[in-house]
Amino acid sequence: MTSMTNTAPQLENELDAITAAPRRRRHKEADDDTRRTNWWATALIAVCSLTVLVPLYLAVVVALKTPDQLTSGTGFELPDPIRWENFADAWTRTNFPQALANTAFITVGSVVFTLLTSSVVAYALARNIHRPFFKGVFFYLLAALFIPFPIIMLPLVKQTSILGLDNQVGMIILYTIYGLSLNIFIYTAYIRSIPIELEEAARVDGASTWRVFRQIIFPLLMPMNATVGILTCVWAWNDFIMPLVVLTDPGARTLPLAQYVFQGQFNTDYTVAFASYLMAMAPLLIVYIFSQRWVISGVTRGSIK
Amino acid sequence: MTITQAVRSTATQTPAPKRAGRVRSGTKRAASAYYWMVWPAVIAFAAFHTLPDIVGIFFSFTNYAGYGAWNFVGLSNYLNLFRDDRVLQAYGFSFLFAIVATILTNAFSLAIALGLNAKIKARNFWRGVYFVPYILAILVIGYVFQFFFSNSLPKILAGIPVFADNILTDQTWAWTAIVALAVWQACAFAIIIYLSGLQTIPVEMYEAASLDGASSWRQFRSITFPLIGAFFTINVVLSLKGFLQVFDPIIALTNGGPGTSTESVTLLIFRGGFSGGEFAYQTANAVVFFIVITIVSLFQFRVLQRREADF
Repeated sequence: MTSMTNTAPQLENELDAITAAPRRRRHKEADDDTRRTNWWATALIAVCSLTVLVPLYLAVVVALKTPDQLTSGTGFELPDPIRWENFADAWTRTNFPQALANTAFITVGSVVFTLLTSSVVAYALARNIHRPFFKGVFFYLLAALFIPFPIIMLPLVKQTSILGLDNQVGMIILYTIYGLSLNIFIYTAYIRSIPIELEEAARVDGASTWRVFRQIIFPLLMPMNATVGILTCVWAWNDFIMPLVVLTDPGARTLPLAQYVFQGQFNTDYTVAFASYLMAMAPLLIVYIFSQRWVISGVTRGSIK
Repeated sequence: MTITQAVRSTATQTPAPKRAGRVRSGTKRAASAYYWMVWPAVIAFAAFHTLPDIVGIFFSFTNYAGYGAWNFVGLSNYLNLFRDDRVLQAYGFSFLFAIVATILTNAFSLAIALGLNAKIKARNFWRGVYFVPYILAILVIGYVFQFFFSNSLPKILAGIPVFADNILTDQTWAWTAIVALAVWQACAFAIIIYLSGLQTIPVEMYEAASLDGASSWRQFRSITFPLIGAFFTINVVLSLKGFLQVFDPIIALTNGGPGTSTESVTLLIFRGGFSGGEFAYQTANAVVFFIVITIVSLFQFRVLQRREADF
């Protein structure tokens, strides 16, 4: 965060204050809580969490069974013997590597483009919000939050196929553009809390607006970049309706779309289907397990302004 | 401090270099760089969001089937919508579903958030667990639920007729299974919003209240709920708006069936528009749907915010 080339001393102090604040607060919160441990609440929370964990448990055990084991039981019994071939079957039948590559490409592309574009637009809007043109643009983009996707769905499909954007690149463009409304909302509130003096120091040294953004504002936006990045990533990875209507080439299928297409083909072949579901959910789930606190704090930051 | 004030205070101190000077002199007009930052986004947004909107509204006044020739038909698409049983049923289902799911989501997630906000063991771990549904594709986990409803439940609850015969094929009750799946996922995000709301309330307030002898319920009613009013509003508005457009959970569980008993408006627009040759008719439906959702959202904001202010 402090990798800036032309920093005045007071600027660095400001930076320290900004980066240190959340750390201090978290520390304080832990110290403040002198209440006694509430065991009733702990037990209740633990029991209720089964509603989340049981479907995941079911997904895992069914994916490891043989079809015979499945027909004889309710599905919840532990698999014996374990049938790992389900995963190999699912891998080839859903053409998993291709779907994974498509989803990863779309997700990474959307996140990168979203971070690069939304932050620039939000910066320009936040610093000029008192000017009618920028205020107008702000509300124009924000108004789109009220327009549900079904409205534009049918004409959009015509448009993307005419423009040749009914593919992965088209998806990246659409996620970047449709995310703009919410992202600008998230970014501008934060940018307006960044003291303008930080920029002025650089401007005195002759830095252009673009340079100010690149070297001062963008690094300071890291917490919001995390928030926007997480929201975009989860959206692009899991979205179903947009790939369903926009993508036409079977080779462009995303993971959720592949599950949908092969659902009919699996028929009652539940064990292989479940292996396929698990593989579709696994990448994001694994990333989440290792970055859980970071993800939740990122999402929380986006929801309170 | 506004930009102009900041500009004046710095400009008087140092003779600015030429480039920066141009930035500062623009008290009326912003630096051109700002316009360059905004224009491409506006153009892209207009091309991929506003244009489809306008095209959709335009075709809603025609009889375009999605292919071939078309003619203007005035308002007849709109008039026919109100006489179409399938459309009315889709609206009925969407509203029933959305209202029930919104109530359940907010009740459950507020309760869970209260539990997570209490001093419990391994709080961060549980908080992490409850957020898991948010990062799963609802369609994919929905297929797991579909197996659960159609294969596991009939065996586990063989004594209860509704479950024994596979609830997903039950004309009357299939929608409740969709509610279960949708609420299951929506709670994850709602819990996080409520939790961040609860954490803004200082612990001292509860200490003072319990010293005055206020019961837990009284504390919730008089302190907690009023203070998280804004979070309640945003959660209710967002969840109702999201649930009205339900699509993925239906595809995963019932595909609109049995018959068309669980067909939502979004599913109807999708089906009629893409495979039913009803492009113009369903865009008219979409325009009506947009108006309905906007009215509902604004109405909610008014009612909920007035109630917030009462406290």
